[in-house]
Amino acid sequence: MADALQPLTLPGAAAPVRGRWLRAIPVATLLLFLGPIAAGLIGTWLPAFGYLPALGGESFGLGPWVELAAYPGLGSSLRLTLVSGLLASLASFALAVSFLATCYKTRAFFLLRRLLAPLLSMPHVALAIGLAFLIAPSGWLARLISPGLTGWERPLDLAIVQDPHGLALALGLALKELPFLLLMMLGAIGQTRADQRLAVARTLGYGPVMAWIKTVLPAIYPQIRLPVYAVIAYSLSVVDMAMILAPATPPPLAVLVFRWFHDPELSLRFLGAAGATLQLVLVAAAIGIWHLGERLAVRLGRRWLFAGGRGHSGPWLPRGVAALVSLCVGLSIAGMLGLAVWSFARRWRYPEALPSEWSLDNWLRQSDGLLWAGGTTLLVGLAAAGIALVLVLGCLENEKRHGLHPTGRILWLLYLPLLVPQVAFLFGAQVIAVRFGFDGGWAAVVWSHLLFVLPYVFLALAEPFRALDERYTRSALCLGARPGRVFWTVKLPMLLRPLLFALAVGFAVSVAQYLPTLFAGAGRFVTLTTEAVSLSTGGDRRVIAVYAFLQALLPLVAFSLALLIPAWLFRHRRDMKVIE
Amino acid sequence: MARLTAAFITLALLTFQTAAAAAQADDWDAVLEKARGQTVFWNAWGGDERINAYIAWVGTRIAEDHGVTLRHVKLTDTAEAVSRVLAEKTAGRDSGGTIDLIWINGENFAAMKDQDLLYGPFVERLPNQALVDFEGKPTTLIDFTVPTEGLEAPWGMAKFNFIYDSARIQAPPQNAAALAVWSAINRGRFTYPAPPDFLGSTFLKQALIELAEDPAVLQAAVPDEATFRSVTTPLWRYLETLHPFMWRDGESFPASGPAQRQLLNDGEIDIALSFHPSEASSLIADGQLPETARVLVFPQGTIGNTHFVAIPYNASNAEGAMVVANFLLSPEAQARKQSSEVWGDDTVLDLDKLTPEQRRLFEALPKGPATLAPDALGPVLPEPHPSWMTKIEAEWLTRYSR
Repeated sequence: MADALQPLTLPGAAAPVRGRWLRAIPVATLLLFLGPIAAGLIGTWLPAFGYLPALGGESFGLGPWVELAAYPGLGSSLRLTLVSGLLASLASFALAVSFLATCYKTRAFFLLRRLLAPLLSMPHVALAIGLAFLIAPSGWLARLISPGLTGWERPLDLAIVQDPHGLALALGLALKELPFLLLMMLGAIGQTRADQRLAVARTLGYGPVMAWIKTVLPAIYPQIRLPVYAVIAYSLSVVDMAMILAPATPPPLAVLVFRWFHDPELSLRFLGAAGATLQLVLVAAAIGIWHLGERLAVRLGRRWLFAGGRGHSGPWLPRGVAALVSLCVGLSIAGMLGLAVWSFARRWRYPEALPSEWSLDNWLRQSDGLLWAGGTTLLVGLAAAGIALVLVLGCLENEKRHGLHPTGRILWLLYLPLLVPQVAFLFGAQVIAVRFGFDGGWAAVVWSHLLFVLPYVFLALAEPFRALDERYTRSALCLGARPGRVFWTVKLPMLLRPLLFALAVGFAVSVAQYLPTLFAGAGRFVTLTTEAVSLSTGGDRRVIAVYAFLQALLPLVAFSLALLIPAWLFRHRRDMKVIE
Repeated sequence: MARLTAAFITLALLTFQTAAAAAQADDWDAVLEKARGQTVFWNAWGGDERINAYIAWVGTRIAEDHGVTLRHVKLTDTAEAVSRVLAEKTAGRDSGGTIDLIWINGENFAAMKDQDLLYGPFVERLPNQALVDFEGKPTTLIDFTVPTEGLEAPWGMAKFNFIYDSARIQAPPQNAAALAVWSAINRGRFTYPAPPDFLGSTFLKQALIELAEDPAVLQAAVPDEATFRSVTTPLWRYLETLHPFMWRDGESFPASGPAQRQLLNDGEIDIALSFHPSEASSLIADGQLPETARVLVFPQGTIGNTHFVAIPYNASNAEGAMVVANFLLSPEAQARKQSSEVWGDDTVLDLDKLTPEQRRLFEALPKGPATLAPDALGPVLPEPHPSWMTKIEAEWLTRYSR
């Protein structure tokens, strides 16, 4: 059928002439990205080797590196970074895979899918604070059972949060990464005809779990590889969550670097630059190790795959995995619930299970600031997500019309902002932005957000766009429509659902940005996230809770709209409805 | 050494007063004129909701009186502002900078002064500086032993103190050594924020001043490594004794002052550090501390200092910034700041220089349950030279952050 339609694409031959500007979009998009990152990296590498004339660094040398190597506690800091980061990546990946393998299309699966949007919109900082309050010795869990059941008149002197091995940080990261990986895997599954694969494998006598692992996982892994790498990079270089959940003496490397860049002792900028570069090396090494692990798994897995073991597991496996995932989801939700209670608390001391005095003050007192910060968040988020959507659509349409197949390398470039630790290039990028008088304005902030928004929007949209049946386009072209008209009147309406979802994803990513807002906005741009983080240094959970709540609410509204608008628009069209 | 400092202060005062007299006739009206319509970006630590609310109030008042718009850029650390001005200088932006006013003191001020990143001197141009108690509060002129030279305007007074829960402690320790003994009896109930957090560093300095054989050497820069070793040995010996009895066995520390305050409210510890004697009352009123919280100062004295506002050399709205700095020094603003219902930060003004009406603003302030009378606050110990702090922080990291 597809072959038969092939000649009909001929009318589209006129497209390259009219769509010439389209060709420029991928180039412009990449420049928009690579420019600031490359400049930022160079601006960080130069001082790492001693060159920063403004601070008297006129010549190159290894001084900063010697200083870095001698820095007290660097060894523990690196160990902490690697243990917490790799553990979080591994745990969230293993959990996501085993959940899908054991619970695919079960009730737990559909329930979790429905919970994904709220889980994804939970801000990192809020999650970290909520979790810390939940599990600390004086936290909510302890308060619920103390002193009645435990006899703990005073909280135990136990390092559960900020533990020396960074386990609390690993847990917090895993909670945050699990929904992201699940979302990415669900997207990939949609592309691989998983249901047919499973059906074939099941008829061949494979157990459900084995069938999933042997036929679906190998097919989706190549598509989730980059997201997994992004998870590793993020886990190893997170700053805001680490400040709350990781120990402070010494903290993970990214926090150290952040501190050095912000130390009043200006000569520490050199040390910071060297540390930032080391951070980059660390992330690259971790991704390299993971990559080796992939190869090993392929080598070992192939024999296992071909051996044809059917594998029959009892019902305990799915139940166990579902329980573990529920525990993670439960912890996240309970943490947010704890914050919700805090936002209405006036006085809440250990061991009271609930606040002893309640108040609406926390909300009322913030109303002015909330409006201002919320407005900025909304504007920047909409602008960044909107621009990203236009650029991504341009790239994808260009690819379609010219029959291009993006290579893995291009994808890597697109992913670069997610793989390069933010601390590794933001300092350099700031110096350059200031030099060109580009910082402190709306354009700079939106641009800096775009760096991180665009990859996610691309990720969310590429698969549905490419999966759209080519025959619709061909039929329309065949009926005499020009490619532009086909794009506007056939493709976009059909893609409305993924378009809005991609927009919501981009918006959520923008809302969560902290360091870019701070660096590019000269600190003048107050968003809900910058407010939440700067308040989190003050430790007043009641106020943090208010901001964290709104910070989570905006993306949640965006995700809900992305679901509701198409449902309403297509309410009279049976075939455009989502089939569960 | 102390005599030298005193001589310097007198000298600074003299030059200041003559300069100030001349400056009073100066162009303050012109400054007001230029400031009208400007938007001042004030970079100030934003971690405390009560302080943020106070700054917002300053904004409304400034807009009413002088047509200046105030924007509070909330920092997690003042050094962020320092690094931003530095980045601008690096890029050659010598005017049109993004910061107009910084809440600052100590090492941040020393760093900015050292790198010529400050505008001014401007303090003598502010009419309200005539009300400041420069004589009685020498730290308004000497910031961590560094002369301010009119480059930063005093804003508030800080004095190191302890907040404890009187429901749990009847007889709180009266000096650093007694604190160690108390900790040994009450295991795990005391801690301090990890340096370089300023409260944690101040605790180390307080202990050092008490334990050093001759605290006077701390008033000058660290002369050499050998002196540093011998002077600080008692401090390290003290910490070796104290740490095993601290919260989490001294293996981990809260990240900041507020984080430690949270621990006090959560009941994880019984004694916390503070830099504002009225803060405890203010926090009780706000529901962030139990009603039984009380303030403790050591009878032999605790470290005191002043916090300031300064203007970066490349500020876009220096006139507007000066108008704000002047308003901050007004009796109205200072009295409101001192109220434990607002913030609880002590005034830099000399109440004797005020009109009776202005004085009444201060006398009418509510006294919180934990507020000590001014004469119960004990003597003020001067901050050591910043070089001590830098070296102590580095040494602390080598020893305890492994």
